[in-house]
Amino acid sequence: MTAATNAPPDTARSHGEQAPKPAKRRRLGDLKVAMIFLAPATLGFVVFYIWPTLRGAYLSFTEYSLLEAPKFNGLDNYERMIHDSFFWNALGVTVEYVVINIGLQTVLAVAIAMLMYRLTKSITVRAAILLPYLVANVVVALVWYWMLDFQVGIVNQGLTWLGIDPIAFFGDSNWAIPTVAGINVWRHMGYTALLVFAGLQTIPSYVYEAAEVDGAGEMKTFWRITLPLLRPVLVMVLVVTMIGSFQVFDTIAVTTQGGPINSTRVIYYYIFERAFTRFDFGYASAMAMVLFAILAIVSLLQLRLLRAKESDLA
Amino acid sequence: MKRPLNPGRIVAWAVLIILLIVTLFPFYWMLRTALSNNTQLAGHPSSLLPVETTLGAFKRVLGLSTIEEAQAQGGSGASVNFWLYLRNSLIVATITTVCQVFFSAMAAYAFARLRWPGRDKVFALFLAALMVPPIFTTLPNFVLIKNLGLLNSFAGIILPGAFMTPFAIFFLRQFFLGISRELEEAAMIDGAGHARLFFGMIIPMSAAPIATLAILTYINSWNDYFWPLLVGQQENVRVLTVALGVFRSQTPQGGPDWAGLMAATLIAALPMIILFLAFAKRITNSIGFSGIK
Repeated sequence: MTAATNAPPDTARSHGEQAPKPAKRRRLGDLKVAMIFLAPATLGFVVFYIWPTLRGAYLSFTEYSLLEAPKFNGLDNYERMIHDSFFWNALGVTVEYVVINIGLQTVLAVAIAMLMYRLTKSITVRAAILLPYLVANVVVALVWYWMLDFQVGIVNQGLTWLGIDPIAFFGDSNWAIPTVAGINVWRHMGYTALLVFAGLQTIPSYVYEAAEVDGAGEMKTFWRITLPLLRPVLVMVLVVTMIGSFQVFDTIAVTTQGGPINSTRVIYYYIFERAFTRFDFGYASAMAMVLFAILAIVSLLQLRLLRAKESDLA
Repeated sequence: MKRPLNPGRIVAWAVLIILLIVTLFPFYWMLRTALSNNTQLAGHPSSLLPVETTLGAFKRVLGLSTIEEAQAQGGSGASVNFWLYLRNSLIVATITTVCQVFFSAMAAYAFARLRWPGRDKVFALFLAALMVPPIFTTLPNFVLIKNLGLLNSFAGIILPGAFMTPFAIFFLRQFFLGISRELEEAAMIDGAGHARLFFGMIIPMSAAPIATLAILTYINSWNDYFWPLLVGQQENVRVLTVALGVFRSQTPQGGPDWAGLMAATLIAALPMIILFLAFAKRITNSIGFSGIK
């Protein structure tokens, strides 16, 4: 729900042709009224977005424990980061999480969207598939924490029934990240599927009719027609979901808290720990800065590589 | 569009139904566990129905049972009061939603319906804020709220989200742009000022998108965890999500109070589920429109 798309140029539609007005009035337009209407939003924007962004950048070059004023220390924090094995571990764990989470989620979302598109337009089905997305991360995490419990969780009961040994989903360091990633796939796949579903509906039906006339099978139609035409939507979905995925925190905070043996200490959680349990705000800000840079680069790369703006329909 | 059932379609339906079951089953399991007696739960881990059906878990987390009763049913006996957290969540989500949607609508009006120099540049700047990851601004915001002495107050939890979000402004601006100029000009000729235009025309004409935005904002605010965790730890302002985290960490390692925990998660989730069921069509249709155009 957060994708910023380019709004259409609105001059023609919303303004129409105006009768000529005195020069000053035309230059300033409705500036006075606009200032009143914008005042509250601007206050919030400056105080809670612009100012903290600048301050965050500054803090990343300081040593700051909250108790005394921040002390400028140049690039020390960034140098420290290079030698901090926990930082690299956190980055690695985060990337592992994002790859599993986004990979699985995108495949499932496209599958669900295709199934809904071909089978049913029912609003009930769509609403049911969306339901997990409306429940808090914390709730989702706890429900699965219970269902995946080693001894009495229903999932391990099911595995035992199938003759498979129970799995310590949260306790085994190899399983912990895939488990957390899977839980969040469960929460987000319906939402992502609806985004893809909306994209599917923009593909004109004549393309499919032409394919059918040419004798293309179901599979061929999907790979050769649907997927390429869906690409611009898929790229936007990938950018938005991946940015969200890098910022996983809630699920880990209420289940594994970084463990076992650092295997789920993702970058967001590590920043949180540094800032709020060790009051190492300067260093935490520097890591947040790096995360910011990574997210910017990842989004740009995706947009570039997948040529998001060009549509094959044009 | 009805097509005959062939084997391919039957398999496709089967897959969709399995996915729906996977999606919905955890909700049932929450309810089944919450209605069980925690001491008996471990003995019947795979019983599909509640084990010794009781409302004990709900009473326990709502602070309605005595310590002895709670412990007899496998609770920790620690005092929890989800009524209080429910009230706190209501306060936070309601004030955040009302303020954020109203102020964002005002800003959207200035960006969509008024003409002034630099308008599009300022709008682009507002949108650019969407790119900044929340944790980056969260750290300095925490320092600010702390310096203002607003830690552990509703004001501290609510303030950062009360004025605007770039998304809300963007979302409403799209709708405001679509309203016809002629109506506005007719009203202007009749002597209506901008305040009257905004309250008397733009808001009523955009009631549907404003309602959609308000519902989505309410849900997001209700479900938020990170910020209230940082600034609202104390019991008197603790919201449900934070309370759940605390409840989970208080639960004894040996025999966790699963029934209590699930009752608590249900209390946290239920208002959003009800809100969703009431507005399912509106919320479902808004996705796709607002996300990607």
